[in-house]
Amino acid sequence: MRPIPWEVKRELLIKAEEETNPDYGCIPDERPIKDYIKYGVINLDKPAGPSSHEVVAWVKRILNLQRAGHSGTLEAVAGETRL
Amino acid sequence: MTGILPVALEEATKIVQALLLMGKEYICIMQLHNPISENILKDVINEFIGEIYQRPPLRASVKRQVRIRIIYYLNLLEVQSNLALFQVGCQSGTYIRKLCYDIGEALGCGAHMKELRRTRVGPFIEDQTLTNLYDLVYAQAAFTEEGSETKLRQIIQPMENGLTLLPKVYIRDSAVDAICHGAHLAIPGILKVETGIKPNTILTLFTQKGEAVALAKATMSTENIMKQDHGIAAKTLRVIMPINTYPKMWRASKTRLTKKQI
Repeated sequence: MRPIPWEVKRELLIKAEEETNPDYGCIPDERPIKDYIKYGVINLDKPAGPSSHEVVAWVKRILNLQRAGHSGTLEAVAGETRL
Repeated sequence: MTGILPVALEEATKIVQALLLMGKEYICIMQLHNPISENILKDVINEFIGEIYQRPPLRASVKRQVRIRIIYYLNLLEVQSNLALFQVGCQSGTYIRKLCYDIGEALGCGAHMKELRRTRVGPFIEDQTLTNLYDLVYAQAAFTEEGSETKLRQIIQPMENGLTLLPKVYIRDSAVDAICHGAHLAIPGILKVETGIKPNTILTLFTQKGEAVALAKATMSTENIMKQDHGIAAKTLRVIMPINTYPKMWRASKTRLTKKQI
């Protein structure tokens, strides 16, 4: 039986130590807003009705994005009212 | 169907393939076509835990070929006349509609999926980060009209939050740009490594600042990575960070230089 992915416990082992240079890169939470959006994910609650693809298209339009993607279609049930 | 739909923006779409490795959870109402005793229902449902064979339904986005999927758990929560409420944790690519149909066949009475809500995709669950489209519209308006980033920053999370379930390897600043150019991860570039890595495990390479650099496939176990002082530890699969984010600290091999000189 394979373990449930979200219940696997891992430990971080240290092989070597080194300081990181503050002149390069950025802590993810501190990215300037443009980059923060560009490297961002939204935990979206999909409403009933529209397809996953339609919802992603709305997110793109709301935020004026070039690209957006989702992981796995939440299909509409046969007979479900679609907008 | 409602529920968790993680939406990756712009460059973050590169992590979507990783989210597909992390499993999903649903809550489902199944309509039984005839009344069935709760005990029989429980017994039959329990047989669907573990590896199942599933042919994708007629209306599916993949080839309709029987495939093996893993059902991590399947809990019957409530039965009311011909309706059964259950919670299921499963591998990505499991069709719950088909699961309901197959449970109905196994019961002999027939069944179909009536309602479905996704309650988890990998690390994303129904917590305070869950957002609807209205919140998003308001947050965007606050940003464009008042210049306030606060709401957008609450709703949007760094893509790194989507990678928390994969084993992590932290690498040296000096190794980052080589990885961004597609190089494989060599042992000397590694600072920290998580337990549980085996050859072929998909992992994420991080900078010490916690930025995702790339997805990679391990060629060594955690134990070996800790022991070795040279060699390739992981092969880069998908670069996430743009090149030149970190300084170039590597040189093209001598053979390549010679070719250039010629």
